[in-house]
Parts: sequence; C-alpha cells; structure tokens
Amino acid sequence: MNRIVVSLVAVLFGLLAGAVLMAVTGHNPITGYSYLFEGGLKNPERIGNTMATATPLVFSGLAVAFAFRTGLFNIGVAGQLLFGGFCASAVGLNWALPKPLLLIVMLIVGFLGGALWAIVPGLLKARFNVHEVVSSIMMNWVAYWTVYYAVPAYLKAQYSETESAQLPEAASLKVPFLTEMFDGSFINLGLFVAVIIVLVVGFIINRTTFGYELKAVGHNRSAAEYAGIAVNRSIVFSMAISGGLAGLGGVALYAGNASNIQIGVLPSQGFDGIAVALLGANTPIGVFLSAMFFGLLYSGRGFMNAMTEIPPEIADSIIAIIIYFAATSILIERLIRWFIRRRRANTKASTSQEGKVGM
Amino acid sequence: MWTTITQITPYAIIFTIPLLITALGGLFSERSGVVNIGLEGLMIIGAFSGAFVIFKVNEMWPDNPYVLWLGILGALVAGALFSLLHAFASINLSADQVISGTAINMIAGALTIFLARNMTGSGNIELTGFQPYNVPYLSDIPVIGPLLFTKTYDTTWLILLVLAVSAYILYLTPFGLRLRACGEHPHAAEAAGVNVQRMRYIAVIISGAFAGLGGAIITLTYAGQFTGSVSGLGFLALAALIFGQWRPLGILGATLFFGIASTVANVSQVIPELAVIPPVILKVFPYVVTLIALIVFSKTSRAPKAVGEPYDSGKR
Repeated sequence: MNRIVVSLVAVLFGLLAGAVLMAVTGHNPITGYSYLFEGGLKNPERIGNTMATATPLVFSGLAVAFAFRTGLFNIGVAGQLLFGGFCASAVGLNWALPKPLLLIVMLIVGFLGGALWAIVPGLLKARFNVHEVVSSIMMNWVAYWTVYYAVPAYLKAQYSETESAQLPEAASLKVPFLTEMFDGSFINLGLFVAVIIVLVVGFIINRTTFGYELKAVGHNRSAAEYAGIAVNRSIVFSMAISGGLAGLGGVALYAGNASNIQIGVLPSQGFDGIAVALLGANTPIGVFLSAMFFGLLYSGRGFMNAMTEIPPEIADSIIAIIIYFAATSILIERLIRWFIRRRRANTKASTSQEGKVGM
Repeated sequence: MWTTITQITPYAIIFTIPLLITALGGLFSERSGVVNIGLEGLMIIGAFSGAFVIFKVNEMWPDNPYVLWLGILGALVAGALFSLLHAFASINLSADQVISGTAINMIAGALTIFLARNMTGSGNIELTGFQPYNVPYLSDIPVIGPLLFTKTYDTTWLILLVLAVSAYILYLTPFGLRLRACGEHPHAAEAAGVNVQRMRYIAVIISGAFAGLGGAIITLTYAGQFTGSVSGLGFLALAALIFGQWRPLGILGATLFFGIASTVANVSQVIPELAVIPPVILKVFPYVVTLIALIVFSKTSRAPKAVGEPYDSGKR
C-alpha cells in the first residue's frame, strides 16, 4: 500500500478529529481552521515563521527516522537536542570568531554534543542489549538536570536565573537579508542547513554502502550479522548520527529561532520528531514535508487563539491524533481496501443490473 | 540524622505511591506481552479526569464528602477507557507497541490541556486534595510509627492493598498463570485453551486503570492541582518495572528507591549533611543508577519472553 496515501489519510483523519474536538467544545471548526491556516500563511512574515518553526522539527524528525531505519527507536531526541544546543551555545557565548566560522564550529559542536548523548544508549544496546527506549529516556532526564544546573552556573543571563545569556549577533543563525526578505520573521539559516542535511541523509541512506548496512541491520539483525555486517558497530554509528542530527536541531532551535536556552523544559520538538518521522514514512523528503505541515499548525495556532476562543493546544491534539492513525496504518489500509472492494462491487452490481435491463 | 530521616520518609512514601501503582499497571500489561510506554499519558489522563470529576461534582453538590473518591473512580475509568486505544492498536492491528504508546502519550498531553483550558482558561485545575493524617496509636510506636504512620494518606494504604492483591492474582490464581503465559509463550497458552487476545485486552485495561489511578493520586496528594504533566513519572514507572525485574516486590523496592532518591534530591538544600553534594548529582542519581541497573540485569533479565511482539496465531 502506498505510504503517501496512508499518511495523507492519517492527516485527513487528524484534521477531522480536530474539527470534532472544536465542535464538541463549542467552537466553529471552519472559522478555527481558516484562522489556523491564515495564521501560518497570511503574509511573508508568517510564512517565514512557519518555515522557521518547522526547521528544528526537520532535524528531530530526521534524527528519529535515521535511527528507525536501523531498527532503533530513538525517543531520546529531546535530551540530545537540548544537550547539543547547550554545547553550541557554550561555544557561541565564549568564543570570539568571525560569524561564518563561528556558526560552522557551533554546528559541529552541536552535532558532537547530540551524538555524545546518543552514543550512550547506542553502546548499551550494542554491548549489553539494553533496550534503547528506556536508556534514552533516562538520558533525557540526565540532560534535563545537567542543563538545568549548568546554564545558571556557566552561561547565566545577567538578570534571569532561568535562562542562558543572549547569544551575540555573530553566534546567531539569523541574518539580516532573510529577516528583511520575510518582513521581520525569525526565519534563519537553520532552514538552509536543514535542506542540506535532508539531501545528505537521503544520499547516505539510499546511495552508500554504509546506509545499506544500517538498513540491513534494521530489517533483520541476524541476517545482517550472517552477511558479515558489523551489527554492533552499525547500531552505535546509527545512534550517534541520529543524536548528532538532533544536536543540529538544538543549534537551529536555540541559536536560530531563539537566542538563548530556557531551563526547566525538555524541548517538545524532540518528541514531535517521532511524529514527523512517522508521518514522513522515515524518508528524508517525507520528514521535510511533514515537518513543514506541523510547523504550519504550530505557527498558526497563536493567531487562531487570538482570533477565537479555541485553546492553542488544538494543534498538538491534531498532531497526536494524526500519529495514532499513522501508527495504526493497518486500519487505514484495511479501510482503503474495503472502500475499493465496495466500489468494485458496486460497479459490478450496476453493470449486471444494466445487463438485466438489456435482456 | 534520625529527625532528618523521619522528616523525609513520609514524603518519600507519598512520592512512591503513584509510581508504584503505575508500575504495577505496567507489570500486568508487560506480563501479558504488551509493552505499554503510554503509561505517562495514561497517568496524565487520570490526573485530568480526577480533577475534572471533582471540579464538576463540586459545582453541582458543594461539600460532598465523597467527592475525592469519585474523582479517583473517574480517573480509574478514564484510564481504562483510554488504554483501549493502545490495546486496539497493539492487539487487533499488530501496530508497533512503542509507537502506539508514544501516540497515547502525545494525545493525552495535548488533549487534557486543551480540555482543561476550555474549563479554566489557564489549563491548571486547582483543588483541595486528601489531607495527610497520623494514624492513631500506630504512629506512637517507636521507630516504625514516625516512619510509616505519620503524615500518611488513605490512598497509600489503598495502593499497598492493591499491590498485595495483584501479587496474589498474578502468582496464585489460574487467571494470573494464564496472563503470565500469554507474555512468555502465547502460542502455548493458546494451545492450552487461553484466549490470548482477550487476556491481553484485560491486562492493558488494568494497566490503564492503574496508571490513571496513579495520576489522580499525584493530583490529590502532593501536587494539589492538575498542570497538564506528570513530569516523566510514567517513564520512571517503566524503568522501575525493569529495575524490579517484573516482580511485584521488586517493583515495590525499585519505586521506593526512586521515591527516596527524588525526595532526598528535592530537600537536599535545607539539610546540612546533604547540602555539600552538588544538587545536579542528586537529581541525576536515580537515572544513572537505572542505567547501571539496566547493564547489570542485562545478562539475567527476567523480561517476559514475548513482550512487545504482536501475537499472530498462525505464526510458528
């Protein structure tokens, strides 16, 4: 069954469920949706904000999708993203380099920070067969508390205890020409990095021996081992790259969309990455498109909330419901098959009826 | 030192109880062969439904003495109903159980805040929960009196009772044996005449009800309000399940460990003996210990053999 159709049907069901939710809580779904989409697309600034909101989701979605391909469920993207963003912010605040060089160093450091955080579950999985879901959830909380105490200790803002200092202009992914092109939106270079990474990941997965080996491990671990693929090494590499991608998302989030780190929250983008990957069928292009769609929902919800009484969490609810339908894709497949069969039966019935009339 | 311990222990127990009941729910589910990573979301559903029921009942009949128990009941039912989503996906549709559970977590987190905002505007529901009390006579017993019977809640005793009953059901009744068989070797269970799908449905529903109960207990004891999150306790309950090696008493020990470790980390700054340790180490301690425990137990893991695998009756 075509994965695109399944994803589209899941989106449709999610939007329908959202409409039902709005109606049940006493709001008009049509007004709600029109403000939601207007809020994400009405003018260049809002379009820019939509794409910027989607940027960290592209990275976190790629991170989840990459690990998925090797049969690993990386639920620790939130922690990897946070820690990668933290490392990059530390560099951005402390090193005085020319802007292009500093940004490249920050991206590399962010990648390494995220990778470091993901290597732990990877090693535990490869060496001790510890399930990566539980270990990476533990790593999420370790990252949460580490950043919680490290930010006030080392990167403290002047007047606030709960956030890091503002990054200097040279360490920000925002550039004047983009901001002006989109009328003051917070869109930034992160989007271009995301596009490049989408292409690179697509190339690695589909066109290299390394990517082939990772996929082979994901399809059948024993068969891959029998074929001479170093399974354990593949698992560690896959987790490390996945975490690195999450770390890049952290740079895009904390040095692009925002300009500092708030402590006391695990970035929701990490968990949304699971949704993005699932809806995008774990393909880089699919991830990019579904991240854009979720970005639209997230960036439009504020406008919708301002114009109507509908709480902004409707966007999160819609996304969550889409994911349930994407996860239960068999249901959708059965539904489509049933629908096709019924149509066939109908046409058959009508042709046989016509035949009778002819007789 | 003794005063410190007597001060900390009641809080540690209060913190342990929601974790314990949720992990116990997870025990039923995993023992029947279904991974339930949606415990976190089911706890949130319970926390919300409990608060919702109490909020509404208070509006209709103010000063109803049983309102808190109605809230508990509401949480139990809501958790059970919501877990059907997970049961349907993982049992009937053979969906990936981890993904389905993640979807449950996301739906619960978003939906409850959405509904709470429609009710209160802020998304928080504040209410007066259970009041802690000292058990008469028993709290005067030296040593264990101050540790176990002071500043205690009715829910604590209820959950300990549930623990005992669950252990009895799982290990000493035919039902428990069948349920465990479904998690170890579902084909053998089916050959012996057990309806594997029905067993797994029952187990997942129990896990939903227990997790909902756990969430409501958080709202009604130490939190005092619904905030739209249970701060990762559902995931911690999953870890406790592994830490406790899928056995009721092991789970009691593991959750008590988490309860004590978290309480110590929370109060460390006001206790001179502990204030010398950097708080980050205390906060990270339970998670790191869990990671180490995962490694230690990896060789001798007692995980149910068929856990996480969709059951296909025709597969050999």
